[in-house]
Amino acid sequence: MSEITIGVVVFPGSNCDHDTEHAVASFSGVKPVMLWHNDHDLQGVKAIILPGGFSYGDYLRAGSIARFSPIMQEVIEFAHKGFPVLGICNGFQVLLESGLLEGALSRNRDKKFLCCQTSIRAVNGSTIFTSLYPEDEILRIPIAHGEGNYFAPPEVIESLEEHEQIVFKYTDAQGRVTDEANPNGSLNNIAGIINRQGNVLGLMPHPERANEKQLGSLDGRGLFESLFRYLEGV
Amino acid sequence: MPYIAKIKVTLRQSILDVQGKAVDHALKNLGYRTVESARIGKYIEVTINEKEFAEAERIGNEISRKLLSNPVMENYSIELEQVN
Repeated sequence: MSEITIGVVVFPGSNCDHDTEHAVASFSGVKPVMLWHNDHDLQGVKAIILPGGFSYGDYLRAGSIARFSPIMQEVIEFAHKGFPVLGICNGFQVLLESGLLEGALSRNRDKKFLCCQTSIRAVNGSTIFTSLYPEDEILRIPIAHGEGNYFAPPEVIESLEEHEQIVFKYTDAQGRVTDEANPNGSLNNIAGIINRQGNVLGLMPHPERANEKQLGSLDGRGLFESLFRYLEGV
Repeated sequence: MPYIAKIKVTLRQSILDVQGKAVDHALKNLGYRTVESARIGKYIEVTINEKEFAEAERIGNEISRKLLSNPVMENYSIELEQVN
């Protein structure tokens, strides 16, 4: 069987692109393909990952300039056709700026850039990105961001809840969704959301940094594996 | 004659402005007891090479909505000035 190719977009200022490439390459049956921001060619990939970093220096607002790069016009069309798109950290910010996901990310509540381990739970385990995560499993996946404070107007939050689009929430070590466990002030402890169609996911924690023993956690692997298993079945 | 669009982008009142809060605390630490609050925004100048005011205004508003501000969490205001 030929390998399934996964696109990893490289913006100027991306800094988790190679970590993501490394994580994808650690699974059998899939192969990462780097996609340059200035290109229009998606090279036949079956899913796309927007990695973390500081695309275009985070000038103006995180993700706001990346959203208008040539490759993003193709990524938006690709998402509209129903192909899976995953945005991690800065990639999540780009997805929100593109309108592929609803809401916005503002500065962390306590003014700090946060680089630490967090506990999260996949509160919706029936997406193509989370099918291998039991809902009560507490995942140790790190965050590294200054602007991860998720905000959306009340009617959007209500609609996200109603359609089970909230996929990851920050929890304490026991898996409880509490204010103390909320690192950045995100509404309802939201760490990741999916679009209504279920093919575009954005999250602030970095699953590619919880991908091997030496990194202190393997809990990010379930997300990639869920996606790759889904792609094998398509 | 081109126009300069002077655009101010501010966080909506409902959004916590952590930078503004830090500045507010600093001002109070400096002893300015009558300072009630501080909020931080962005000021952007864009030169638009259009002859007609209406067209320059239309472009100014369009770019403010499309790129310069994020309507989910920010408001903007725009002032146009003709360049001599």
